[in-house]
Amino acid sequence: MTSGIVTAAYIGATILFILALGGLSNQETARRGNLYGIIGMALALLVAMSAAVTANFTLLLVALAVGGAVGLVLARRVQMTQMPELVAILHSLVGLAAVLVGFANFMDPNIHHQGVELTIHHIETYLGILIGAVTFSGSVIAFGKLSGKIGGKPMLLPARHWLNLSLLIAAIVVGALFVEESAEGAGMTPLLIMTGIALLFGIHMVMAIGGADMPVVVSMLNSYSGWAASATGFMLSNDLLIVTGALVGSSGAILSYIMCRAMNRKFLAVIAGGFGTSGGSVAGGEGEQGEVVAIEPLEVAELLADAKEVMIIPGYGMAVAQAQHMVYEITKTLKDKGVNVRFGIHPVAGRMPGHMNVLLAEAKVPYDIVFEMDEINDDFPEVDVSVVIGANDIVNPSAQEEPDSPIAGMPVLEVWKGNITIVLKRSMATGYAGVQNPLFFKDNTRMLFGDAHDTLSAVHQAL
Amino acid sequence: MRIGVPKEVHHGEKRVATTPDVVADLQKLGFDVSVEAGAGIAASFADKAYEEAGAQVVAAVDELYAGADIILKVRPPEAHPAARCDEIELLRAGQVLIAFLWPAQHPEMLEKLRAQGVTALAVDSVPRISRAQKVDALSSMANIAGYRAVVEAAQHFGRFFTGQITAAGKIPPAKVLVIGAGVAGLSAIGAAKSMGGIVRAFDTRPEVKEQVESMDAEFLELDFEEEGGGEGGYAKVMSEAFIAAEMALFAEQAKDVDIIITTALIPGKPAPKLITADMVASMKRGSVVVDLAAEQGGNCELTQADRVVDADGVSIIGYTDLPSRLAAQSSQLYGTNLRHLLSDMCPEKDGIVHVDMDDEVVRGATVVKDNEITWPPPAPKLSVAPTPAPAETPAVPAAELERPSVWGPVLALGVGGLALAGLGAVAPQSFMTHLTVFVLACFVGYMVIWNVKPALHTPLMSVTNAISSIIIIGAILQISAPTEIIKWLATLAVLITSVNIAGGFAVTRRMLDMFRK
Repeated sequence: MTSGIVTAAYIGATILFILALGGLSNQETARRGNLYGIIGMALALLVAMSAAVTANFTLLLVALAVGGAVGLVLARRVQMTQMPELVAILHSLVGLAAVLVGFANFMDPNIHHQGVELTIHHIETYLGILIGAVTFSGSVIAFGKLSGKIGGKPMLLPARHWLNLSLLIAAIVVGALFVEESAEGAGMTPLLIMTGIALLFGIHMVMAIGGADMPVVVSMLNSYSGWAASATGFMLSNDLLIVTGALVGSSGAILSYIMCRAMNRKFLAVIAGGFGTSGGSVAGGEGEQGEVVAIEPLEVAELLADAKEVMIIPGYGMAVAQAQHMVYEITKTLKDKGVNVRFGIHPVAGRMPGHMNVLLAEAKVPYDIVFEMDEINDDFPEVDVSVVIGANDIVNPSAQEEPDSPIAGMPVLEVWKGNITIVLKRSMATGYAGVQNPLFFKDNTRMLFGDAHDTLSAVHQAL
Repeated sequence: MRIGVPKEVHHGEKRVATTPDVVADLQKLGFDVSVEAGAGIAASFADKAYEEAGAQVVAAVDELYAGADIILKVRPPEAHPAARCDEIELLRAGQVLIAFLWPAQHPEMLEKLRAQGVTALAVDSVPRISRAQKVDALSSMANIAGYRAVVEAAQHFGRFFTGQITAAGKIPPAKVLVIGAGVAGLSAIGAAKSMGGIVRAFDTRPEVKEQVESMDAEFLELDFEEEGGGEGGYAKVMSEAFIAAEMALFAEQAKDVDIIITTALIPGKPAPKLITADMVASMKRGSVVVDLAAEQGGNCELTQADRVVDADGVSIIGYTDLPSRLAAQSSQLYGTNLRHLLSDMCPEKDGIVHVDMDDEVVRGATVVKDNEITWPPPAPKLSVAPTPAPAETPAVPAAELERPSVWGPVLALGVGGLALAGLGAVAPQSFMTHLTVFVLACFVGYMVIWNVKPALHTPLMSVTNAISSIIIIGAILQISAPTEIIKWLATLAVLITSVNIAGGFAVTRRMLDMFRK
């Protein structure tokens, strides 16, 4: 196969990838977008295999088949509530692959560069492995945190900013050493040292991030996996990798930005770690505690049946209790009674961007009754009953009312402006931000304690 | 404390300041209640019903006044025919009087009350703020007056309201014009509409258009720009040009409609004259004008208070006692308004009222206290439809965000440009080509992703994750290397990235299949 045809195929694959991402912007075109992605990937694979593989063909095919089969099984088996974990662990694979490819490339004796090109090539290799390693270890930790294998609380080492800074400086120093040594054919040792540093950096970075910031972390790791691929593309002088990596990288970066904006937090502040730990004013709002009014499922059913406008605000608690199907059963029953039921989704509800949408979609909730925060926040004064299912910080009025609250300025769903709010919660514990929620003590708020699935079943029966 | 409810002495007044239902509620607040014998008869509440609700029925009026700490009345105090003295003289120092007092019209009465040492609350002076709606007896009464106006009109109107086609011929629907869409006007619109009439309404305040249309009536508009909303949600006096345009509209409508109900009032002013004698003359015989502003002089030139005037076949109804003509209903609503006021004044539910002058509602209503006339009250802080105050809290972070956003991009562009130039000076051509591709791809990604709906963020992440496995190409390029370790490293990379490719695309598909409309 001539290099011209290969390049042409790569261009085709690039266009298909761009179309895939473009298609994903809308529900109607999303499935087509996914298909474009698959075709693009298949095209790139076939062309690369037929053009570049001269030996070990069987090995390649076996690896592809085994890997593909594992991937398909994973995709089929995963629970929708576990999507964040799956996405995180898949990111780690890209990171690991970037490290492996980087090392393999470095050891390849057939690559010859001269002068500046050699230096640039080595820097590219170095960066590719660095980003890959950070992505890998960071994603593994994120996976651990999301699946509950590692505690969700931010782990804050003393002087952690200095630690990060010294790791960065160490990486640069070792990098300079590596470029120097590798020019003479050596350089394996600094490369390995750097990999170790990068792995540590990834672990430390994600460990310091609290559970509520997980959506930012997941999308950030998504971005890193793209940059890793891009850096590998530079190393291999392969435009397809560069372009695809850049697409993924910028997409992840935008998602991170959107998530940060949704929490009114600076990206750097999230990455530097610890929710609500920097200001030290967690105590804000403590004095405001009052009496909460509990309510029984039967009364909730009555309230819902009498309402005209119902707004449901799901949070992570709904995912934990696997209550999304029961929520939809209730929605259907209420719709049959002529109640207008809508869903209000906060951008950072759950542990991953769009987490709640996926869960509601799994429960077959039609997406045209699911709204974003900005679309429905002005409608709350007309809502008769708002049902908050396992959400806390995203409906906390102190974000607007208390300037010294750790979550001050974060956009929140203004449920308290509605007629009555029912909050489903397991206990009176605070949310991830560790801030008490004055919503629970408002006159028009009722608390329904217990596991969301059990209490909602009782509500459904009463309906 | 004991609440005393005397029988109203005003001629023709049928209402009473409390009902048996309200008596029960008042007792829950800790009050004892005495009712003058026969106080509720005209409103169809028997003495026995009060007794059953727990009230004490007192025969003698002076005994009732003497035994009570709080007096609830409907009308302002006036000469008592049976006791042969003014009702004010029955009051004593320290007693609380709650009634419609119309302090603006009765300055001499305020002076007498002050001299007696009475604390007086005028329910008509309650400020029009949201919190006070449950106490707003004026609105309660206006609602009843509006309804009753339609009933009175129907009685004097010789035809159906609703249009019908019968075997005996076609009946055209009655056309009703309601002027002034306040509480009374809206109530009249609702009543007339439910009887089947064609209802039109006019108001100088354009903001009530929506309310009128929500009642399914037609809102008549002038082709004229002037804002009619005054303080506290009431109407104000309009300019002459506006009034001329308005009168032309009424003259035109008068020829067409069968019933005109006028409710136009401007606080503290005589009612505006809107329907002239000429307009009445131009109306069809048998038409009816109900003038709810009769007490303030009337909106119609021919109106006479408390009378029905026949002006060449057109009946002009000037009753000023419309709420009293629906006495059971108005007593119930008025009694409930008073109960709400008392429960606000008695937060401990211990039957002791506090005239808290810091409470905006109580302050507004209180006209005499501690031998001082406290009317008029300071202007209420909020009007009925407050102009939305600019939200203060979001403004601060917005300003903070803006500052870096001016310099940030400039600085970043500058630094980035310099770095790029520096790189271009040393890097070989091939690298710069790749860099071009890279930078362009970043921007393409930025443009493409920016429009993604939040609902699709998860599928987007899993698909980009699958796509980022394009790194497999790197592994494929290396797998044929003769060096053993490179071969195995590449194989491992192929293995894990293919997990990612298959898994990423498959799970995206699975998720997207779930999204449904």
